[in-house]
Parts: sequence; structure tokens; C-alpha cells
Amino acid sequence: MSLFSAQLRREWLLLIQHSEEVLNPLLFLFLAISLFALATGGGPDVLRDYAPAIIWVLVLLANLMSLEGLFRRDYEDGTLELLVLKAEPAFLALLAKVLVHWTFSGLAMTLLAPLAALILYLPVSALPMLILGLVVGTPALSLIGAVGAALTVGLKRGGALLALLVLPLYVPVLIFGAGAVLEQMAGIETLAQIYWLGVITMASLTLAPFAVLAALRVSLEQ
Amino acid sequence: MTVTETLKRWWHQLGSPRWFYEISGPWQTGFAVLALLLLAIGTVWGLAIAPMDYQQGNSFRIIYVHVPTAIVSQTVYMLMGAAGLVLLVWRMKLADMVLAAAVPFGMSMTALALFTGAVWGKPTWGAWWVWDARTTSMLVLLFLYFGLYALRQAIPRNEAAGRACAVLALVGTVNIPIIKYSVDWWLTLHQPATFKLTEAPSMPPEMWLPLLLNVLGIYCFFAANLIGRLKLTILERESGTRWVRELIAGRSP
Repeated sequence: MSLFSAQLRREWLLLIQHSEEVLNPLLFLFLAISLFALATGGGPDVLRDYAPAIIWVLVLLANLMSLEGLFRRDYEDGTLELLVLKAEPAFLALLAKVLVHWTFSGLAMTLLAPLAALILYLPVSALPMLILGLVVGTPALSLIGAVGAALTVGLKRGGALLALLVLPLYVPVLIFGAGAVLEQMAGIETLAQIYWLGVITMASLTLAPFAVLAALRVSLEQ
Repeated sequence: MTVTETLKRWWHQLGSPRWFYEISGPWQTGFAVLALLLLAIGTVWGLAIAPMDYQQGNSFRIIYVHVPTAIVSQTVYMLMGAAGLVLLVWRMKLADMVLAAAVPFGMSMTALALFTGAVWGKPTWGAWWVWDARTTSMLVLLFLYFGLYALRQAIPRNEAAGRACAVLALVGTVNIPIIKYSVDWWLTLHQPATFKLTEAPSMPPEMWLPLLLNVLGIYCFFAANLIGRLKLTILERESGTRWVRELIAGRSP
């Protein structure tokens, strides 16, 4: 457990020192939201209807953007190699890395969601469902995304490839996440889709660390 | 006891690309002949002889192309997931080659299934493209194939590319049921599956028999195609070994 908390502390300090890595995706989220408002003319009716879709799609994309940096620095300075070789068990240290990544991407976006909802005129009654979906669903984004980041970390230009690898795997999270908010807006009171998000998160929590480890081993060999 | 021993020996032999290259020739021919026969009979029967659908008229006949390609494209992905597992656990060279050789076939079959679906959708649903559950999950499957293809292209070393693709194929295989389920959650227009293992088909036999022939035919076609590609890949990757040099020297005097 001390390995886990030490890794947690290290990642936390590193991300605070490199705050631009955290801030840029969040700024992108709001910039892109305003682009949607500009492109649709800013009419409240249009924006309200599309608000769940816009927010969820942009959360996916902002998450993708933050993934690039997940292993990059550690890969370049050699820490990652040591971690994969020496940490016992390595998947626990990786889990700590992903957890910190989620705190600064998924959780941060969740905390900012009310603001995004406000400028997109999302009804206040649908806001709890948006936040609940984000809290339950975004860990899965970080975990699944970490597999893609681990596969592409050794490549010179991995950005577009990372999107191609990861976005199809994000589809279920998007459908359930945006679907939950849409159902709430349509007046259907149900938590079924949130439960499904929970299933996806739990499944990726158990499986993804091992896939990340296997992927990193491949990337480090190159 | 002898059965398990035979299986064990066979498993070990599969680890040798040379052994596979030497025994697979007749299999390839066999599958190719079977595929040709089954596809010819199934297609002629389905397109010309089978009775018209009482509602859809002749346009339903595209299922004789659409359903086999859609089924085989999903099986190929599952097969790649299995090959990925074998590669990661046992480091079997042949599994890596299967992963590399199956991608183009699966990708083109997925694209063909989407295309024939669109052609059928125009007269039946009134639109080339409809965002219904199964077209959407096929589209996601196509993107998964593109991802596998692009990842292999991006990694220069064969061995590393194979294992990276193995991880991706495994993750994709675990995800496919979830993707299918989540997409089914959406409203669905598509008719339910034509063949189910648990119940008799709702079509009359003179309509589903040619379809069955075509499905089996396309599996044989896949097998023949895969073996052919595997043999080429083996020659390419093992080109430094003595047996390949001798083989090539022996063939071209």
C-alpha cells in the first residue's frame, strides 16, 4: 500500500508542477463549448437540446487530449521503465497514476460541469444526472484511455492514432452518459444508465491495469 | 489420454511456422474449392431460385451477401482477440501472423456489410444510412479494424507491432459485447438476427438454406484467404532462414 500512496504523492506533485498539462484540456473544453454556441447562433432552445451531447462529446475529447501526457514525461526520462521493471506489483503503481490523472481530468471536468451546463442552458433539473454520470463514467475514460496512451507512448506522432484507438472504445460511456441526461430531460426518472456506467467503470478498473501493463511492456521494448 | 497428447503435440507444432507452411497447402486448396462451390450454389440459389419475399419483393435478396459478410466480420475480430491472447500468453509466432493477416479481410468484410446494408436500406427504410443499433455497432467495428490497421502501420518493428495489436485486439474483444449492448439500448429499427442458435429460423427453408450455404461458403473463403496470406507472411518473415532460402532456390532453378 505504501507503493500506492508514494506513487500517488509523486504524481500529484508532478501534475501540480506542470499545471499547464491539467489546465489546457479544461480550457479546451470551454473553448469548444463556446465554439458550439457561436456556430449554432446561441439560441437557448437549440443549445438546451444539444447540451448533454455537446458536454459529453467534449469531455471525451478533452480527456483524450490530457491522455497524451499521461506516460510521456516518465517515458522520456526513464522513470516508466523502472516502474514497470521494479515496482511490485507494477499494476498498483499504474493504477495510482491513472487515479491522479482522473482527479485532474475527469473529476475536474465534473466539478466544472455546472458552469458548462449553465452556459448551454441545460435545465437545472437535469444537472444532477449530468454530474452523477460524469462522476461514475469518467474513471472508465481514464482507464480505457490509459491503454491507448500506453500503446502509443513510444511513437513519435501518436496523437491522431490515439484518438483512433480510444474513441471507439469510449462509445458505450458516451451513449449511457448522454442518454441518462436526455432521459432526465424527457421526464423519465431512472438510474439504469448510471448503473451501466458503473458496470463499465468497474470492469475497466479490474481489467485495464493489466492491459496497460502489457501495453507498456511492448512500448518499452521498442 | 492419446487425444490430449495429440492435441498437445499439435499445439507445439503450431509454434513452428515452417511446419504450418508445409502442411497447409492442401488445406488451402480444400477450403478454396469448398468456398467456390458453396458460394456459387448459395448465390445462384438465393438470387435466382429462392422465392420472393411477400413484403420486400426482390430487394430482400441482398441478405445473401449482407448477412454472411456481417457475420464473418464479427467472427474475424473475435478470432483476432483469441490470437492476441495466444500471442501474449504463449508468444506463438503464428498467432502474430494471424493477427496481421486477418485484419484486411475483416476490414473489407465489415465495409462490404455496411455498403450492402446501405443499398438495402434505401428501398426498404427510404434512406441510405440510418443510425440504428446494428448499423452503428458495425460502424464502430469498422473503426476498431481501422485502429488495429493503423497501429500496426505506426510501429516499425514487426514483433512489437504484433504484441501491441494483440493488446488492442483483446481490449476490443472485451468491449464488443458492451458496445453492442449500449448501442442496442438506443431505439432499434433493425430486424432481429436471422439465425439464432436456440430457435428455428422464421423463414421458409428454401429461403434460409441458400443463406446458410453462403455463410458457410464465406467462412471457407476466409479460411483459404487466411492460409494464403499466412503462407506469404511466413515466407516474408522467415526469409532469413535456411529452409525458406532452400525452398526458393529449389523452385526457381
